Amino acid sequence: MLCDNCKERDAVINLTQVEHDSKVTLHLCERCAQEKGVETGVTVLKSPLGGFITAMGKGAPSMLPSPADGLRCAECGGTLRDFREAGRLGCAQCYEAFATHLRDLLRRLHGSSQHVGERYVNPGEQDSDPQRLLLELREQLRKAVENENFELAAELRDRIRVLE
Amino acid sequence: MIDLALLPDGGMHWLDASGPKSSIVLSTRIRLARNLQGYVFGQRARDNDRTAILTRVEEAAAAGERLRGAVTFRLDQMERPDRQLLHERHLVSKELAGLDRESRPRPGAALVVGASVGVMVNEEDHLRLHGMRSGFALEEAYAEVEAIDAELGRLLPFAFHGEFGYLTSCPTNVGTGLRASVLIHLPGLVLTREIQKVLQGLTQVGLTSRGLYGEGSDVVGNFFQLSNQTTLGKSEVELLDHLGKIVRQVVEYEEQAREVLLKTAELTVADKVWRAYGLLRYARSLSFEETMNLLSGVRLGVGLNLIPGLSVYTLNKLLIFTQPAHLAALEGRPTGDPELPTVRAAYVRRVLDTEAA
Ligand SMILES: [Zn+2]
Ligand SMILES: [Zn+2]
Repeated sequence: MLCDNCKERDAVINLTQVEHDSKVTLHLCERCAQEKGVETGVTVLKSPLGGFITAMGKGAPSMLPSPADGLRCAECGGTLRDFREAGRLGCAQCYEAFATHLRDLLRRLHGSSQHVGERYVNPGEQDSDPQRLLLELREQLRKAVENENFELAAELRDRIRVLE
Repeated sequence: MIDLALLPDGGMHWLDASGPKSSIVLSTRIRLARNLQGYVFGQRARDNDRTAILTRVEEAAAAGERLRGAVTFRLDQMERPDRQLLHERHLVSKELAGLDRESRPRPGAALVVGASVGVMVNEEDHLRLHGMRSGFALEEAYAEVEAIDAELGRLLPFAFHGEFGYLTSCPTNVGTGLRASVLIHLPGLVLTREIQKVLQGLTQVGLTSRGLYGEGSDVVGNFFQLSNQTTLGKSEVELLDHLGKIVRQVVEYEEQAREVLLKTAELTVADKVWRAYGLLRYARSLSFEETMNLLSGVRLGVGLNLIPGLSVYTLNKLLIFTQPAHLAALEGRPTGDPELPTVRAAYVRRVLDTEAA
């Protein structure tokens, strides 16, 4: 079979991509594949998004266009479809909003969807650390000023002064 | 012009070739991706959010112990040659430095850098902590970055999920957020044509290989960056152990390949490395890519004890300072200067004249 791109050399690689709403399989020669960021022989893709696309190509029904595309993260407004197109999530909350779909993808990308590494303890859940509290108050102060909530800002300034 | 003296050790102590196996493994690098709770991820964040994030990171750095005295480089306020210089020094990614053709650094894009660890702020993730060590030193490099992570994590609320771990903009980094990599020189495997087999083997055991400048960069001068591909489902220690085990094996293969070369083709190899040396020592014009390839040959010659009296440190230094932005800064030229190849050749001759026995 000839390469779909240059129509000159023999196709050696099948690249599955999701474009708009349909799955497209391209048959490419080594050189054209490289130009598209695919390393031949090893099928390692150069971008993380590329890795994502191959993972999808290996038969991933839940990540293909589906009614779930309209699923929206309440926090950032991003949809599952935005994610599919950009390969990036909008915010931390997206992980919750798209959890069912992500688990599948994560298993294919990492072989697992369960974190087993270091566990993070939220600073808010630890004993009150005066240093951290100070940083937190400064952040609240910046937000208060930004929102022109000057009464709150004055109050926060006083609390910060005491801690400093 | 930025003042690189602001970097405590110029960000280059890893060049000194003091680390284990440093003639084959140039450096070890650790990166941890972290995001702050309550802000949209990097690529969607509003300008206000970005500056707020940078302020918070700077405040936390100043409040903690380990990044006290760190310096902030505002990439969004720097000229291109300076941004390129930080990139050539492996301190910021191409993306953060806005070096892709038409792009500019995004507002709030910054590098907060301390003694041997840096934090890229407002890249794809809010924070990318990174540290580099000379030679093959995964544990030491990780310990350093991990300490900064623990400290910043105590002062800033990181986005973490019980099931998915540290949350990142791209699902390929989620979980530990850990990318450990070694920069390794494999001319023996390239010359014996074993390299493709080895690289294929690597992907089968969950590692990736890239060029000198990371993601999307070409392999030049037989320098490869090997790193873990997955970040979830294994602990940090497991990921590091696995990478370490495989790298040790690759180093062994490389050493075996070099022995084979010496046994079966010593004259050819000696001729090759001395020709590389001769060109570096006497050429009047050198492109950066050619310089890299010649340095690779000479490095092999030094590793095989065919070329005496030349230190790995000198070779590392040449590798860094012949890069376009470094060379231009060093010689007071604009980065786009068409005479750069001539200037480069003169610089290489000067260094070899004084540092080669
Ligand atoms: Zn083609
Ligand atoms: Zn979201």
